[in-house]
Amino acid sequence: MSPLNMSSERLSQLQVAPLAILLTLFTGLPLLMVVVLSFWPFDGLEYAPGFTLTNYAEMFASATTWRTFAVTLRYAAITWAITLLIGFTVSYYLVFHVRRVKVQIALFLLCTIPFWTSGVIRTISWIPFLGREGLFNMALMKLGLTQGPLDMLLFSDFAVVLTYVNLFTLFMIVPVFNAMAKIDRNVIEAAHDAGATQWQILRDIVIPLSSTGIALGSIFVVTLVMGDFLVVRAMSGGQSSSVVSAMKNNIDQLYYPQAAASAVLLIAVVLAMVTAILRIVDVRAELSR
Amino acid sequence: MKDIPMSKPGEILLDRVTRSFGQMTAVKSVTETIEGGSYCCMIGPSGCGKSTLLRMIAGHETPTSGRILIGGRDVTHARTGDRGTALMFQSYALFPHLNLTDNVAFPLRVAGFDTAERRRKAREMLDRVQLAHLADRLPAQLSGGQQQRVALARALIANPEVLLLDEPLSALDESLRLKMRSELKRLQSELGITFIHVTHTQPEAMALADKVIVMDHGVIEQAGSPVEVYDRPRSSYVARFMGGQNVITGRVSRIGSEALGETPDGTQFSFVPPAGITLGQDMAVAIRRDRICLMPGHHQGIDSLCGQVSTTEYQGSYVKVEIESASGDEFAVHQTDRDFLAHPLHPGDEVTARWGVLDTYYLSG
Repeated sequence: MSPLNMSSERLSQLQVAPLAILLTLFTGLPLLMVVVLSFWPFDGLEYAPGFTLTNYAEMFASATTWRTFAVTLRYAAITWAITLLIGFTVSYYLVFHVRRVKVQIALFLLCTIPFWTSGVIRTISWIPFLGREGLFNMALMKLGLTQGPLDMLLFSDFAVVLTYVNLFTLFMIVPVFNAMAKIDRNVIEAAHDAGATQWQILRDIVIPLSSTGIALGSIFVVTLVMGDFLVVRAMSGGQSSSVVSAMKNNIDQLYYPQAAASAVLLIAVVLAMVTAILRIVDVRAELSR
Repeated sequence: MKDIPMSKPGEILLDRVTRSFGQMTAVKSVTETIEGGSYCCMIGPSGCGKSTLLRMIAGHETPTSGRILIGGRDVTHARTGDRGTALMFQSYALFPHLNLTDNVAFPLRVAGFDTAERRRKAREMLDRVQLAHLADRLPAQLSGGQQQRVALARALIANPEVLLLDEPLSALDESLRLKMRSELKRLQSELGITFIHVTHTQPEAMALADKVIVMDHGVIEQAGSPVEVYDRPRSSYVARFMGGQNVITGRVSRIGSEALGETPDGTQFSFVPPAGITLGQDMAVAIRRDRICLMPGHHQGIDSLCGQVSTTEYQGSYVKVEIESASGDEFAVHQTDRDFLAHPLHPGDEVTARWGVLDTYYLSG
């Protein structure tokens, strides 16, 4: 049977097969292992196959679990709000104020320049800039704006959020830009013609028509922050810990079943968040538009 | 400044309106009055400036110089949507995320009407364009013709003095276009507001307009009733553009109570001379295609042209016979189907076309 007269259903099944196989082997199976492991009994020294809910009971009873989730969700919320504001503003400017497509593309590429190097390097390179004797503090002192160095700049929540914003804003810009660029200019003009003000157009036309992009960007940013441990480690100076950095501690101590249980909880929470976003915005319907 | 004379609502006064884009001038010092409550068609080839002029009236472009008055009020710099105009876009430009009711209600929403009130009015308007049964659909679920009705309803809901239509029928198929055409005309006479309709198809302009404005290269070539523009074109450009006319160019060869012109290849034609023409001057005449007789064979003479039939096109009520003459200019005759079928012509037949002096019309340009 040639590919041409194959039924379109068979053909699409074939097309998704390679990715489906890869995902099943390298994501699905390991995830299943994690879930299984989270139910194994652990006596503090070793673990063995079995079934127990102790890992979960201990996790929910522990104040650390609740604290790390609170800290991580707070980071996610603040980072999401800031990246959304920046992402929306930058996209709006690129789409509606830069008239020439070449300039638009050039500026868009400019936004991607930070991505030419690894996230670890970008994270760590903030340290000499924000430290007590870093460039920024030195500049502030030289200018006479501060007496001594500002301690809140590095190894603080500020530093963590700043780094997140730096790392993840592009993940917001790209989908929002893409959604906004698809808005028919005539539709904006029609709104003008109907007597709408700039603000009304933004509220009633541009934001609703960018909602797919906002939803996708939000999913990217929220999942990235929820799953991070490196930035929290490096930038909070060990003063805060996120869900994953706590999990990493468990793993370092070979407390695998505990780590597995908190991984399952994290997956559940992130899935709930993504589902909530998708409930608000019908991404599939919007993408097919 | 002189006092503005009393003007009807919806009267549009263009006063030396110019619009340049960098080096290019899209509209050059256009001065024209469009009567309130009339149906005006602006026609011309693409790039002639008709759309730019329309967009300036709507307020989507600002004139580089000149003034625009609507109903006696200077709106040259007034905000779009605050000048009593509504524009219906060629692509309809419906809001893809709003259902029909909310699309139509949008102008009322931004004007601050409460939800119940504006939805009620929007449904009434949808009923008027026979789409009330689809009020909860999204634009993407509609056919092109239906989308256009929605766009029309949205444009009309805020009771504009002037409705501007940018090539409203160009995206429709032929039968729907004819239907929509008569519907537009009916709507305009019902509402009694000014319609300005931009088009590039001549039958559309003729069928709809009280006033036709023919544009080319950013200037108005001629403005007048369809009869004036079609039957008494002011320039050979208008005659050619509006169609239905043959244009013969030549030089004035004799002046008297009837003057004679001669084409470079020797065809002589008589015409009623306007004042101030001189011997040897370049000139042209327009001859209505449906006023020309055809006879077989070659008969040299004044007001006649010999040539060969190159093509015949059956058009139902008439047949278009194209004749290739020595000059090479396009020359066609519209014969009634009865005449044609009585003496059918075939490509290659030698024929002589003959007309009378009263059927020629002197053109200056």
